[in-house]
Amino acid sequence: MSTITIREALNQALREELARDETVFLMGEEVAEYDGAYKVTKGLLKEFGPKRVIDTPITELGFSGLGVGAAMVGLRPVVEFMTFNFSILATDQIINSAAKMLYMSGGQFNIPIVFRGPGGSAFQVSSQHSQALESWYAYFPGIKVVMPSTAADAKGLLKSSIRDDDPVVFIEQERMYGNKGEVPDDPDFTIPLGVADVKREGTDVTIVARSLMVPVALKAAEQLEQQGVSCEVVDPRTIRPLDIDTIVASVKKTNRVVVAEESHPICSVGAEIATQIMERAFDYLDAPVKRISGADVPMPYAKNLEQLAIPDVNRIVAAVREVAYLD
Amino acid sequence: MDPPPEVDQQQLRRERDKAKERQKNRLSNTGLTIDQLVELYRQMLLIRRFEEKSAEAYVAGKIGGFCHLYIGQEAVGVGAISAIGKEDYVLGSYREHGLALAKGMSARSIMAELFGKATGCSKGKGGSMHMFDKNLRFLGGHAIVGGQIPLATGIAFATKYQGTDQVTLCFFGEAAVNQGAFHESLNMAQLWKIPCIYICENNQYGMGTSLERAMSLSNISEKACAYSMASEFVDGMDVLAVRNATLRAVERARKEYLPTLLEIRTYRFMGHSMSDPGNYRTRAEIEKYQERDPIKLFAASLIEEKLVDDKGLEEIDRKVREEVEDALRFADESPLPDPEELYTDVYANPIEPGPK
Repeated sequence: MSTITIREALNQALREELARDETVFLMGEEVAEYDGAYKVTKGLLKEFGPKRVIDTPITELGFSGLGVGAAMVGLRPVVEFMTFNFSILATDQIINSAAKMLYMSGGQFNIPIVFRGPGGSAFQVSSQHSQALESWYAYFPGIKVVMPSTAADAKGLLKSSIRDDDPVVFIEQERMYGNKGEVPDDPDFTIPLGVADVKREGTDVTIVARSLMVPVALKAAEQLEQQGVSCEVVDPRTIRPLDIDTIVASVKKTNRVVVAEESHPICSVGAEIATQIMERAFDYLDAPVKRISGADVPMPYAKNLEQLAIPDVNRIVAAVREVAYLD
Repeated sequence: MDPPPEVDQQQLRRERDKAKERQKNRLSNTGLTIDQLVELYRQMLLIRRFEEKSAEAYVAGKIGGFCHLYIGQEAVGVGAISAIGKEDYVLGSYREHGLALAKGMSARSIMAELFGKATGCSKGKGGSMHMFDKNLRFLGGHAIVGGQIPLATGIAFATKYQGTDQVTLCFFGEAAVNQGAFHESLNMAQLWKIPCIYICENNQYGMGTSLERAMSLSNISEKACAYSMASEFVDGMDVLAVRNATLRAVERARKEYLPTLLEIRTYRFMGHSMSDPGNYRTRAEIEKYQERDPIKLFAASLIEEKLVDDKGLEEIDRKVREEVEDALRFADESPLPDPEELYTDVYANPIEPGPK
């Protein structure tokens, strides 16, 4: 085990997969000579050369489609979006080409591609650079959507995503790149897609959290323990396919659930999770499912407003106390 | 509204004669055998007859959805694809039945796809706009205008990455030239030396909107200079002109990995799709181009050069009609997709979520 940052864990995953498979290549804005806008791709150009690590022009639709085309004939592209905000320009190729190619070709062309980069809120970068787009991509059959919250998950899930034969949207979190965690040293360490992880065991209330909300939920759980409330924190890690069984098993144990996310509430992944819990564990619920979401507004710039827009420990603590009927 | 212009028959004849003369000159130094030349004719005729029967089947309710016919544009697909090999890749837009036939896909597999049958080239899941054949390297049928252009660029990128000398032909209509995908792709292709040949089938209308109403610079081949890319303007009613221009582009791609933009001026004799009455074009304009019908033009040249006689052409037509009738029968008699097919082919690695 080594203790490294999420940034380093992602870098290791990319390095190991580039070394393992000649068909893997990495492309995106500033990934090569600049070493990555967030340094996730640091040193990879030096190690693998310009054939495998490619700086692109700022042309998201173009290079995303180029990646999908390359994946049609045997390559395994890893396409970095400097941030997922820019993937909006590329959605035609991600959705209309990558997600649907296998189906509309009657099973002839699978698309082994990873679209990765930071998503969600960042540090005071305002509306166009702070948005959680996972529910967009998770909506479409044909795509898998992955959101790691720890260094080990980041490495193990990215390696699995690169080895997967389908398009994977892999959403990192800019605020979390510096977070540290223990990661196994084994170069064959992977984490399977579609398996949720119980980040903390508990008995009174389940908190379902992903990405940025996982460390926030864990902090809330610590505070709540002081208040005599035992929380279980479940991280789905993969949004599509969603490991609802693990979530439902936890809810059946605790009978109370809070779903926390930094995205907008309308049509969100949290809305989907809440619905599935209702469908599958209604009789086990002792309180309505409580959702905590980002504010339903474009992200503001001012620091105080930004803080208000992103769920924090206090809001999760209050939500847990609410579903536990403690206040 | 102005009355439609009179058709100047003399002028039409003069233009047709000039086109014939040009084709005659090309015919004398193609380097093709008589059989190969006749095969070009046969392919064009097969596409024509196939599309005519598709239109009938559409009207009869056998084909659903959209159906964009290739009638009038046959020389573009046949001429260009005759310039590449089996190992090379072809992609098109939603007007791709003819391209699929020219790449060697069977009339049966395409007609069955149009009929939404399990024996179709895409198992009945793609339809008119999504023909695919991995073995024959026909990589779709893409239905968002311009969407295939970055894909083709990526396929050509991959062949270079893999160290082969394969080329990729990317067909699209002139309306796709206004999409960002076109410009983003051409920029990357020239910047990175990607062996993709961009074939703009300029049929002069994006659905019902004429080129002049939609494009500030309507000489499309000139746009290549914005990317320092080689380009040519080609007569799309002359199958040999298309073939020769494509051969030059293929050589550039194989030897130097360089892309080319070909603007091939053509004309669709039918509406944009089966549901288009075509009120935006005059009868005179359509007749002008029908006078230069690429199939009639080529037949006349072959006969004048005594490469084939009327009887030979009739025999080809008979065989082609038989092939299309056979395809219709095959499509009609083929089974519908199994209902279980609804949920297959969504993922190559379907994952049953949850702990293993």
